Amino acid sequence: MTIQFNDETFRDDYSFYNSEWAINRFPFPFDKDSYMYAVNMEQHRGGPDGSVYEKRFDVDEHYVSEMRDRAMVLADDPLRCQSLPHMTLAGWDLLELIMVSKSEDYPDLFELHRDGDQWRWINKPLGIDDSFTFLDETTLPYGPMEYITRQAQGDYCILDQRDDNLWMDAGMVTTQADWSLDFDIGMNFFEWHAPVPLAHEKGIFVRALKFLLNIQQGAPARRLNWTMTVNPLLDTSPENYHKWGIQKTTLTPENIGAKQHLRVELQTFFRLPRSNALVFPIRCYLCSFQDLMTVPKWGRRLHRVIRDLPDELATYKGFIDNRPMMLDYLSAFDDGLPTSLGVWPEVDTEPPLQK
Amino acid sequence: MSTFDFPPSIKSRPVWGRLEARAGKHHLMIADAEGAEAIIAIATPDLMARTHIIFIAKGTSHGDALRALNPAQFYEGPTYAASVQRIRRVFQDAHMGLQVYLAGTEGVMGQAMREAIEAGIPHTAIQTEHRGSVARRMQCVHCKGITEDVETDPFVCAHCGLNLFVRDHYSRRLAAYQGVRVDAEDHGNVPEPRGIYE
Repeated sequence: MTIQFNDETFRDDYSFYNSEWAINRFPFPFDKDSYMYAVNMEQHRGGPDGSVYEKRFDVDEHYVSEMRDRAMVLADDPLRCQSLPHMTLAGWDLLELIMVSKSEDYPDLFELHRDGDQWRWINKPLGIDDSFTFLDETTLPYGPMEYITRQAQGDYCILDQRDDNLWMDAGMVTTQADWSLDFDIGMNFFEWHAPVPLAHEKGIFVRALKFLLNIQQGAPARRLNWTMTVNPLLDTSPENYHKWGIQKTTLTPENIGAKQHLRVELQTFFRLPRSNALVFPIRCYLCSFQDLMTVPKWGRRLHRVIRDLPDELATYKGFIDNRPMMLDYLSAFDDGLPTSLGVWPEVDTEPPLQK
Repeated sequence: MSTFDFPPSIKSRPVWGRLEARAGKHHLMIADAEGAEAIIAIATPDLMARTHIIFIAKGTSHGDALRALNPAQFYEGPTYAASVQRIRRVFQDAHMGLQVYLAGTEGVMGQAMREAIEAGIPHTAIQTEHRGSVARRMQCVHCKGITEDVETDPFVCAHCGLNLFVRDHYSRRLAAYQGVRVDAEDHGNVPEPRGIYE
């Protein structure tokens, strides 16, 4: 299909919106009526037609506007994109992976023409047509990681692998759930996850690391993570928390359906061929409560998950103060009927709301 | 002794050790203030004959006792900032097998460790021992400015003036803990500052 790109903002007047197409393909993260941390890793080898899992790097209606927002974040704060000196080769690996994947998966939007190391990249939605020499940084306007991730939705962390650990040694991070690349760059897997509650004790990170260290070329993996965001704000960075934190207090029973968003990260993991680094794209999807409630199964389930979530997680995810108001809103969409297993909306088979 | 048992914390928070004399031809000891006591505790004439001590006095008078150990080389500076160029120069000349000993406050140990790592010293050749003040070197996540010797939580960023709470999340690259605006969700509601470990 040809994607109609939205003209929308993720700040100030927040004109972001999801079409019905985008709502129905939203990566709802709860496969049952409760939630606890798990490694929840699976192969990233496609998914149902039209789903966000189908392509290696999903492109959707928000693409052009998200890239515009990224450019604004970087203009304000260039430290959101950093690469330690030994990571340049991995940046080229990533550039190749994204250009090859997008040109194959979306031939109507992206073209890559290669003649030896002379490459030509055409990005139609963003109006880019650049020729450059592969592995020669002087022929691109930015370093290779920055160049390509200014054209790819989601944050990108490039993890160096050594000493049986992964090291956060490069990244483009402008749509993050409240963590700082500038602070965490250079840390190992356990260090950058240090602030996460409960999961260390459950052995989640030891098992996740073991899995990630063994990811092979051509066999990427994926998982979902989630949090809550008031207003469709992509840049929920700690750098700007002193500005956006106050927005959490603007929720009212009248506006919560439109303002409160479930924020889901589709995290994928690809081994890179030359550097043996691991790239970790973190793609953020936002959906307002009122749009989620158009899917009866998700309405029932979201109420139960948020109601039963341990306080530590509601605190860590930053919505413990707003949880009572969320539950007041969500309970109207929970009629107590059972839900089917799995994340899919099942709008044709699940009964409509019975109250 | 000016020691302190730090409470258990998250995995990015450094864990400090206890210095012990190791075998080796060359030893570099960097300490500030009460860190001098940790050096004195392991000093022997034989070890000192192969040791370069860099002492950052911070207004204390431990320098005399260190000089009396008769180390092969001795330098005393007033602050870390005044000493760091010299520290870098010494690491530049370091030979394989150099043993590094860091003692004193977290801020000085952290910064000296960063210099050592950047100079290629393996972490297995670096020992640490905390002594003296438990104040922290803090980075404001908002303006990126560093505030040295922070003793209370919350505290005021010396650069942008925001009231920041003290996290245990620590960056070795910055040699600093992270400070985050404490009243971000309720402007002006700043709790009464308390000692970090109170």
